[in-house]
Amino acid sequence: MEREDEIELARQLIAEEPKAFDRFVEHFRAKIFHYSWLMCGHREDAEEVAQETLLKVFENFGQLHEPERIRPWVFRIAKNACLMKRRKSVFAPNAELSLDELMPAREQRGGQFKIQIADWSRIPEDQLLQSELKDSLETAIGELPEVYRSVILLRDVEELSTKEAAQILDLSEDVVKTRLHRARLAVRKKLDEHLRGATVPGGRSEGG
Amino acid sequence: MDPHQPSERCKETFAVLSDYLNLDLPPEACREVEAHLEGCSPCVEFAESLRKTVELCRRYKPTELPLPLGDSAREQLREAYQRMLTASKTARP
Repeated sequence: MEREDEIELARQLIAEEPKAFDRFVEHFRAKIFHYSWLMCGHREDAEEVAQETLLKVFENFGQLHEPERIRPWVFRIAKNACLMKRRKSVFAPNAELSLDELMPAREQRGGQFKIQIADWSRIPEDQLLQSELKDSLETAIGELPEVYRSVILLRDVEELSTKEAAQILDLSEDVVKTRLHRARLAVRKKLDEHLRGATVPGGRSEGG
Repeated sequence: MDPHQPSERCKETFAVLSDYLNLDLPPEACREVEAHLEGCSPCVEFAESLRKTVELCRRYKPTELPLPLGDSAREQLREAYQRMLTASKTARP
């Protein structure tokens, strides 16, 4: 669902339009569940976060003065609910990602320096969703340290703005930008390793 | 200079690529990145892989979905929604 549709849905919810409640719950429950599942790593926790968030959304709806802010507002509540569940994070510790380590390695081939990189140009845009790549993407995001994972989920998966992500996470916009870049580079590196190591339809399978 | 040699410009470009892809770079810095990309095919290739990574994240739809909402959980939400509507009517002049 696009953001404009969510905003419309929020307005319909206030106006008590039939089906608005069911559609709102169905849409945001799945969205919050997904974010929390990738943040908490546990299905049960993610379902609890989704329920607790929706309850808080209805309880505090009066504080949302602009329906335009529905998506970041819901995510702010979800992020706080996730923090309460952090007791058993199964993912990587909060290590810093270093830029140097995320730069592609260079090698000399035919007297020229080249970077070691998979042939991304041969993956057609419409194959970006093929399941193998999708699994690798999910793993790559899941393996990111938490502080990077939350930023890439809000900015690139949920397509919130830098300012909105900064407000949700209580960070400066500069920190969001820095973390987003490193998160993207780390995910890119994992996908590149996958592409170089596996046979990809439409890609090359040289395996290094 | 061999354009495939790793250079300071490559490193500088690498450091700002996300800002460049997000159209967040000031015009002058943007022109510098574009000037560098004109002559450096490894950086172009790298930038393309990063762009596709972002595209992949944007198109990503979750594998895991929540279980269907149970009756008591739905009832709890519906009650909260009713309270929300009552409160909003009370608040209106």
